Amino acid sequence: MYRYDEFDHTLVAERVTQFRDQVRRRVAGELTEDEFKPLRLMNGLYLQLHAYMLRVAVPYGVLSAHQMRRLAHIARVYDKGYGHFTTRQNIQYNWPRLEEVPDLLEELAEVEMHAIQTSGNCIRNVTADQFAGVAADEIDDPRVYAEIIRQWSTLHPEFSFLPRKFKIAITGAPNDRAAVKVHDIGLRMVRNEADEPGFEVIVGGGQGRTPMIGHVVRGFLPVPDLLTYLDAVLRVYNQLGRRDNLCKARIKILVHETGVDEFTRLVEEEFAAMSRESPQVLPGGELARIRAYFQPPAYRDLREAAPTLDLALATDRAFAQWHAASVSAHKQPGYAIVTISLKPIGGIPGDASAEEMEAVADLAERFSFSEIRVTHEQNLVLPDVAKENLHAVWQGLKAAGLATPNVGLVTDIIACPGLDYCNLANARSIPIAQEISERFADLDRQHDIGELKVKISGCINACGHHHVGHIGILGVDKKGIEHYQITLGGDATETAALGDIVGPAFSGEKVTDAVDTIVAVYLEQRRDGERFLETYRRVGLAPFKEKLYASR
Amino acid sequence: MTCSVVTANRLDDGAVVYLAPEGRWTGCLDAALVARDDATEPLMAMAERAVADRLVVTPYLIAVEDGPKGRLASHIKERIRATGPTVRLDLGKQAGQTGSTEARYVSL
Repeated sequence: MYRYDEFDHTLVAERVTQFRDQVRRRVAGELTEDEFKPLRLMNGLYLQLHAYMLRVAVPYGVLSAHQMRRLAHIARVYDKGYGHFTTRQNIQYNWPRLEEVPDLLEELAEVEMHAIQTSGNCIRNVTADQFAGVAADEIDDPRVYAEIIRQWSTLHPEFSFLPRKFKIAITGAPNDRAAVKVHDIGLRMVRNEADEPGFEVIVGGGQGRTPMIGHVVRGFLPVPDLLTYLDAVLRVYNQLGRRDNLCKARIKILVHETGVDEFTRLVEEEFAAMSRESPQVLPGGELARIRAYFQPPAYRDLREAAPTLDLALATDRAFAQWHAASVSAHKQPGYAIVTISLKPIGGIPGDASAEEMEAVADLAERFSFSEIRVTHEQNLVLPDVAKENLHAVWQGLKAAGLATPNVGLVTDIIACPGLDYCNLANARSIPIAQEISERFADLDRQHDIGELKVKISGCINACGHHHVGHIGILGVDKKGIEHYQITLGGDATETAALGDIVGPAFSGEKVTDAVDTIVAVYLEQRRDGERFLETYRRVGLAPFKEKLYASR
Repeated sequence: MTCSVVTANRLDDGAVVYLAPEGRWTGCLDAALVARDDATEPLMAMAERAVADRLVVTPYLIAVEDGPKGRLASHIKERIRATGPTVRLDLGKQAGQTGSTEARYVSL
């Protein structure tokens, strides 16, 4: 993985020193809250319902075991023993004290981490496919480009005060695990007719109040043009994006109001001008320098088949169930990718205790070349596990309480912190997730239902990605009472779609029953081998709506 | 009659506090100073002084109601602020207290 050079170290260390002085001035009364707030937000420090909240960046979701141990240490020393992994592949601490945050940031800097670009109207931390570099279906390793984008975007002077926040996601694979079509810019690696790798550039996607699927503005962008083209898109947005209305300030609104063709023309015009005047092509040497950080680890020369694994699968049903849900194909023969569910039945989606973080770090060190990934679905990944070690990994996870075999199933729910923690929320998300999880706890039933993505947001800002949930649940406030609007048919993958609102919102007491009804209609309607989404696309909203509102 | 109290977050740790008599700040809603109807200006003036003294940030008024179980904030968001996350009863002001826990999905 990438290691900081002297510039990175200096930049992050200077930022900590600056923030330490800013906190000192705030406490001494030299800065008012109005003056201090934008400064703390630039360092990821929010003020939430119960306390300050620090959002720590995990660029493109890649962590070392050493970094994970430091996150556990921070949870223990500066917080209340846990952290929350988010849909932006970051981690949030919910209880830090203001005067201790500079020390906390210093401890992060020691392990090459920070909280920059986790707030404010800048280019936020780039997110990526959690299987980057190891996925069997990958065209190229997107971490290389994600790191280049990180370096280009960090404290970019021209793009530090955009009309609104700006999120870039990248995937190197045709199977989109990074939700690139619902980001301000989504980059999907493709190959041209000459078999050269490049990017499909998707602009104007997003969730929030006005959800939109992004539009392809460039079918194939050669790799050397990446930063110039991103500059061009950002320049058009920075110049024309609305600053008069917060709700209409994202690039998706600009693309929509300008029209895709005209927006594309403006970007291409800017790109052509920039290419003429100040070509910023990615120098091959620089590309090679960054790529060198992402060389494969020292894989052993293994056969694809692992007899010990086959034996364990045949004799240990619990292991086989976990394997079926948690293990994905690796590009290296004899290796596998393990997804660790942070969704125990009835638990809080994305939360991990310091002990759990350390257990994952242990397993990463023993079995996965010390590397860990964070997924936007609020799970963790061990990217490089030899198949012959999968049973041992599972046993280690089981001992740590981290072997819930539900990845991709109905209880693998995304939920934002909601009104239990968040100042913006209208309703609680976590208790709804917990109740649905408990209702569908039976593993055989979950496997019978198959892939089903339930995503819950506590407000229209959609941190819980409800718009792209197969079943999306949005918390709303109706005269001070929590209600939940349900959408069906959303999809965050390469076949992205926004969910359809099923009808009037349900009260908190009724929402799990409603999900149960939706699942029952699906099971009744599905044809052999059909996933929830496929059945929904075939039969539409009507049968679900009819059952859900039959007794009203 | 409308009853209001002033709430804010403490500067040093962000904890939820309420304005109490004599300009003190308390973590306990029951101990907060209550303004009846529109008589809120003196309370907000006291709160602004505390902002200037760097004790609290962003003070604002919330509606409260007195009931058989004591004083409650009228809105669910403020009820959660007053106690802590409903999904972690070991955290926030409710930590260490015993009491009824309502169904998690039911409005508090």
